[in-house]
Amino acid sequence: MNAVDQTLMLLFAGYGGLLMLFTLTGRVLAGAAAAGRLDRALAENFNTRTHAWWVMAALGSIALMAGRTGVIVAFALISLAAMREFLTLTRFRAADHWAVAAAVFVVLPLHYALIWVDFYAVYSIMIPVYAFLGLPILSALRGEADGFLTRIAEVQWALMVSVFCLSHVPALMSLQIPGFEGANILLIAFLIVVVQFSDVMQYVWGKIAGRHPVAPGLSPSKTVEGTVGGILTAGLIGGALFWLTPWSPLQAMAMALLAAVMGFLGGLVMSAIKRDRGVKDWGHVIPGHGGVLDRMDSVIFAAPVFFHVTRYFWSLS
Amino acid sequence: MRRLGHLATRGIAWAMGKAIILLAHVVTAPRAVWQGVAPVEERARIYFANHTSNADFVLVWSVLPNAIRARTRPVAAADYWGRTPLRRFLIRHVFRGVLVERCGMRDPQIACNAMADAVREGSSLIVFPEGTRNDGTRPLGPLKPGLYHLGRALPGVELVPVWIDNLNRVLPKGSVVPVPLLCSVHFGAPIRPRAGEGKEAFLVRAAEALVALRPAGDGAGGCDSDLPPTAEADNDTNTDSRAMTALNDRRIAA
Repeated sequence: MNAVDQTLMLLFAGYGGLLMLFTLTGRVLAGAAAAGRLDRALAENFNTRTHAWWVMAALGSIALMAGRTGVIVAFALISLAAMREFLTLTRFRAADHWAVAAAVFVVLPLHYALIWVDFYAVYSIMIPVYAFLGLPILSALRGEADGFLTRIAEVQWALMVSVFCLSHVPALMSLQIPGFEGANILLIAFLIVVVQFSDVMQYVWGKIAGRHPVAPGLSPSKTVEGTVGGILTAGLIGGALFWLTPWSPLQAMAMALLAAVMGFLGGLVMSAIKRDRGVKDWGHVIPGHGGVLDRMDSVIFAAPVFFHVTRYFWSLS
Repeated sequence: MRRLGHLATRGIAWAMGKAIILLAHVVTAPRAVWQGVAPVEERARIYFANHTSNADFVLVWSVLPNAIRARTRPVAAADYWGRTPLRRFLIRHVFRGVLVERCGMRDPQIACNAMADAVREGSSLIVFPEGTRNDGTRPLGPLKPGLYHLGRALPGVELVPVWIDNLNRVLPKGSVVPVPLLCSVHFGAPIRPRAGEGKEAFLVRAAEALVALRPAGDGAGGCDSDLPPTAEADNDTNTDSRAMTALNDRRIAA
């Protein structure tokens, strides 16, 4: 077992222990709910969420253990699930069927294949430029103008959010950071753990101390107390996880704060879309959490910024 | 030897069935919503659904619990499913469909008898009383009278309304490549022709039972969702009742 694998094992043990703590807390909450001292729905929701976290943590660990291939395949599948959810809420029509099919079955696999062969010059522009130009052409060829701009913009947004932005997580594998060779997978683990931990802590702080809604028009459940508490806690945990990164504790904390803030803002944007379409969740595939996009919305907004800051300041290529 | 061949056929059919269910789940993550009826059945049922796509019965079939799926047979058009060896194998061994001549081509009584016989043998059925796929201009097309005759011919059999949501966008008419979208299948409270209830009245009630299952937030991908959620819901109801009125008018005229 090499040093990277050992570090990963340490990380797995860390969040395994944390989840154990959540499971025990869930037992206590369920007991309190049975005795009538707590809202039953809250306790049930907490336990459903924790159970789903175990499954997600296990799948994530398997992907990380499988290394570069595992991570790229895992994120290609997450992108597919995310596309499925995003497209469900868009208004594309039969006239856009070719464009949508091409987005899912050509652009998505091609994009991940380019990440696989590490062709940054192409994968960084294919979706923002060539899919952006090509898919509207496919739609226009079918000759239906009604709602055209909305339709093509939504398909492009589906790709940008579900594929392009999200794929910056596996793209971290291709950065060449001096003194950190062969350890990039730890950077992926760092980003995911920090952003998800931030989400969880925003929820926990919100439940404990939440008073003032931060954006009542977009998401009634997000509070100032929850947001600030969650982001700061995520910053602290990021600093404490510096051993996963090429950075000093202070640098790791700054990067964690950046990712957590972007994650929060991403959650706001995605909430605005859901609210506009009159739904609470993107889907139903993760019990207690909703859809894949409900879980990944913060990662989607954090990943590109995290990638570019790391690339600009620390990477050779 | 024949026994071996039989076993092989069953094995292949089983594997194909599982593959089709997996594919349906990958493309649409179908969610079964049992809102008016429990996913258990002591007696045979007839599931009648809206028809918007070629893959309709596959989706209903996929979301049924294993035990119910094992006894449920889709009613399918003999001319379409008899055309190629693959289709014949699928409909006979995988879906175990009840093949009927398309309504209107032959005596509808023959088709009705074939369906009733299958139910009397203990099978549940999946039927699409609209007959042809919905063209998308209204939520539901007019229902054919076969459903009423089936209900009369089979006393005690529950007719369960089933609303398939969103599948028409996965595979619109004329396309072969499905696009992945979340779909749901809603099972409503069973209905039966009442004593003395005429054909027209029953079909209106059946259509109403179907449309009532349509999810409230539906139309996110539809054509009329530029309104805020509440207004949209109201609007939907109006559209539906208008469609129903139009539907009645058509039927009376016919």
